[in-house]
Amino acid sequence: MTAGGDVILSVENASRRFGGLLAVDDASMTAGRGRITGLIGPNGAGKTTLFAMISGFIEPTAGRIVFEGADIAALPPHRRAIAGIARTFQIVQPFAGLSVRDNIAVGAHLRRPGREHALARADEVGRLVGLGDKLDDPASDLTVSGRKRLELARALATDPKLLLLDEVLAGLNPSEVRDVVPVIRSIRDTGVTIVMVEHVMQAVMSLCEDIFVLAQGRIIARGGPAEVTRDPKVVEAYLGHGAAARLVAREGADHG
Amino acid sequence: MRGQANPVRAYGPILLMAAVLGALPLLAASNTLLNAMVLALIIALAAQGWNILGGYGGQFSFGHAAFFGMGAYCTAILQTRFGVNAYIAFAAAVAVGSLVGLAIGYLSFRSGLRGSYFALGTLAFAEVFRILANASAFTGGAAGVLIKLDVRPETFQFASRAVYFWIALGLVTAVMLVNRWIERSRFGAWLVAIRENEDAAKALGVDTFAVKLKAITLSAAITAVSGAFYAQYFLFLDAGIAFGPWISVEALLAPIIGGLGTVFGPVIGALGLHFVSEMTRHVTGRIPGIDLVLYGALLVVMVAFARDGIIGLLMKLRARLAGGRA
Ligand SMILES: Nc1ncnc2c1ncn2[C@@H]1O[C@H](COP(=O)(O)OP(=O)(O)OP(=O)(O)O)[C@@H](O)[C@H]1O
Ligand SMILES: [Mg+2]
Repeated sequence: MTAGGDVILSVENASRRFGGLLAVDDASMTAGRGRITGLIGPNGAGKTTLFAMISGFIEPTAGRIVFEGADIAALPPHRRAIAGIARTFQIVQPFAGLSVRDNIAVGAHLRRPGREHALARADEVGRLVGLGDKLDDPASDLTVSGRKRLELARALATDPKLLLLDEVLAGLNPSEVRDVVPVIRSIRDTGVTIVMVEHVMQAVMSLCEDIFVLAQGRIIARGGPAEVTRDPKVVEAYLGHGAAARLVAREGADHG
Repeated sequence: MRGQANPVRAYGPILLMAAVLGALPLLAASNTLLNAMVLALIIALAAQGWNILGGYGGQFSFGHAAFFGMGAYCTAILQTRFGVNAYIAFAAAVAVGSLVGLAIGYLSFRSGLRGSYFALGTLAFAEVFRILANASAFTGGAAGVLIKLDVRPETFQFASRAVYFWIALGLVTAVMLVNRWIERSRFGAWLVAIRENEDAAKALGVDTFAVKLKAITLSAAITAVSGAFYAQYFLFLDAGIAFGPWISVEALLAPIIGGLGTVFGPVIGALGLHFVSEMTRHVTGRIPGIDLVLYGALLVVMVAFARDGIIGLLMKLRARLAGGRA
């Protein structure tokens, strides 16, 4: 755990209500600086809603979002990006009419006013995420996997301190996942803190140092990957959806 | 934004077009032709203003008459009522026009108006201005305002139509250069990002409210230049001319037909529209409303067959020719 370590982000007792539904219910979590933290949980658990509260797109009904020691709950999204928080969208949001390069350049412009600098940075980041040969293509021509990479590239181009990845591996085939996992690790190695929501368990297990489990809006478990997957509460939460059974079975097979 | 890293390739075609058009009065100086050209260039200017906000920023206004009329009335009233020098009146009119843009932008964007709500909001402002200008004694009421004929360079009045033509062409060219510069700037990248996906832009640190405000202010300033020049050229205006829907329609139609969010689109669209409407006038005579019928038909054709306007068609043609050669 991050105990005693430098905490860059801490969500304190955050709640969000949509009408009669409490999508996030008194959730607290932290992200250690320079680490990869996983946020997992069944469908509809409130993961994306929690990300939206951290990045400023959804206002918490209660609770605090503390980034680098300051409560940022009142800041609009663009101010949080300036402060160093970047996010990807689970439902990809490309600038469809622009080229891949121009898409990434919008992110790069945040800290690079000059067009040439932004375009050069866009090329660099584009190559890093594996879009090097698609920079001139319209973003609307990209495949699902390409669009996920584009989300990652644009967010990364803002030079964030904290990168929130919402299911960037969803919709990728196993070989594409194997390509992107090292990219995420290399981003962390440059000093960027990462919080990732992910259903691809193999990636979560190999990448995340700390994991928080959200179910029905509540944080039900936290700890290292091995610790969390053995937690009966977690197995319980997943069982309804059948995922935990497979997880446990796979783990049993690994050990056997 | 197509890649124009090379400044000669970025700005060269604009200057070339200006040079070619600029030679026109030397070749064929018929007053009718020049008159039609000056009016087309005035529309082009209004359309260039609209295109900054609508074409690049994706915020479609149905009420650019508000800025056109503000430019026109300020130029006229400052001269006729307050005896202000014509050039100073012109500059003041542009300043007032851009402030009106800023104010309308602030009210609309602060309250989150988007899409058709923004379009209707701007239309409402223009209509309110038209009704007020028509009713108020200060603006000359329904009779309008007549700028005293006094043909001297000091009063911004010239005997030769060619001079007006060259000034209008100079203004259109200057706006095209500014436009190109915006395309190559961070402001331009942010503006286009807002058009394409506002939430994604916010996530990448774009202050969408501030960028939209800047865009509508600049947009209004350019359209106010168009209105001020109109007043100075025709020396007469009333509420229907200055704030009427005709100019709002032409300002948005020209870029749609020419090519949204491009430097040449609004200019080609405005010149094309006026060429076509002059031709029909020759063929059908003066049937009231025939222009609008024609514009409507053109719009339907463009939306159905050429979404990216004339510029888009030319690009496709060029790509096909290049592909054919390869
Ligand atoms: N804007 C909204 N308005 C109303 N309800 C919402 C809204 N956003 C999310 N919800 C609801 O809140 C709950 C949590 O949704 P959320 O998208 O945060 O879950 P998630 O953990 O990201 O799920 P998934 O794994 O499917 O992406 C769901 O029941 C969802 O239907
Ligand atoms: Mg989600």
